[in-house]
Amino acid sequence: MMTQTITLEVSRYSPEKDREPYFQKFEVPLKKEWVILDALNYVKDQLDGTLTFRWSCRMGICGSCGYMVNGEPKLGCATFLTQYTHEPVRIEPLRNFPVIRDLVVEIDEFLEKLKKVKPWLIHKNGNGAGEYLQTPDQLEEFRQHSMCINCLLCYAACPISGLDPIFIGPAALALAHRYNKDSRDEGAEERMAILSHPDGIWGCTFVGECTRVCPKHVDPAGAIQQYKLAAAMDGMKRFLMPFGQR
Amino acid sequence: MSSAGQAPAIQPASVTAGAPAYTEFHPRWYRRPVSTYWWMGNWPYVKFILRELSSVAVAWAVAVTLFQLAAINGGTSSYANFAQHMRSPWLIVLNAIAFAFLLLHSITWFNLAPKAMAVRLQGKRVPAILISGPQFLAWLAISGFVLWMYVRTAS
Repeated sequence: MMTQTITLEVSRYSPEKDREPYFQKFEVPLKKEWVILDALNYVKDQLDGTLTFRWSCRMGICGSCGYMVNGEPKLGCATFLTQYTHEPVRIEPLRNFPVIRDLVVEIDEFLEKLKKVKPWLIHKNGNGAGEYLQTPDQLEEFRQHSMCINCLLCYAACPISGLDPIFIGPAALALAHRYNKDSRDEGAEERMAILSHPDGIWGCTFVGECTRVCPKHVDPAGAIQQYKLAAAMDGMKRFLMPFGQR
Repeated sequence: MSSAGQAPAIQPASVTAGAPAYTEFHPRWYRRPVSTYWWMGNWPYVKFILRELSSVAVAWAVAVTLFQLAAINGGTSSYANFAQHMRSPWLIVLNAIAFAFLLLHSITWFNLAPKAMAVRLQGKRVPAILISGPQFLAWLAISGFVLWMYVRTAS
């Protein structure tokens, strides 16, 4: 019996010999249980061993296998081949990042931005030793925003990240919000200095695409708007009570 | 920002902003230029651009209202002059377009408000409809009041 196949059009780029990326077609079996990542692994194992792409866990936890599939940022491990009826299926590296090779993008700029927002618990007094109790309600305050796997689909969906590479961007801002909302954290003021900056929350124009593409329902767009509201209230309080306790 | 159709730039890693010092294993990166028309051909992006553009219509509506107030202040003949201007076909078309944009602006604004307001009551987040709903109702009530005033004075 003939197996049904599907044509992939995969972006290839080798820094040693290519001026710019080009597309290469591969025909792979169309299996009901196969995701984009299975197809790419089939290409690497059976058709062309030089194809380079990142992947690790295969279960939407590691955030390594983000690619543009037909122009949409998707996790390779969570996107079934059968949902694509029009051939060929275009697979490209994540948009808004420099390409190192084939589907692999450079993410160091993101890691620098991530460090800037201090995504860790900050304690003002003492070294943070001891127990910090938290109720389920307090956990719910930030739980959604803590689900981020740094897959960077949101950066690929965000036009501001493409147009303004110094914009801190959705995932890092959502993570900053996550720590601000954490009852154990005391770093909101420190982060506000970094984030209420034109490259921070105010760089966001609320396109909302980051939230739509997020595979973990982190809602970065919501987090940033909530942060904007908090920053505006903070500014208003400073204005109304310049000498008072905030 | 590069324009569409321009030859894609290949940058040495060291030129890319914020590049770390080590570049031994990937001598250069490919950074795809962002086209001026990046927002075309993708409905969510087009919707976003239209929403941003609607602020021009808001500014226009504010300007018209200010002129109207100035005309009212100037007396009957001044207002008649203003009303005469507003009857010109191109202003009617312009105002119709501005009105469509104002509707888009208001509706998207009210729909986005619940995103920015994460109100929690008894441990649960208040549903979006309870935040946007009252705003829509207030908008309808005020519009209804203005319409009622207009109908009352016109008849």
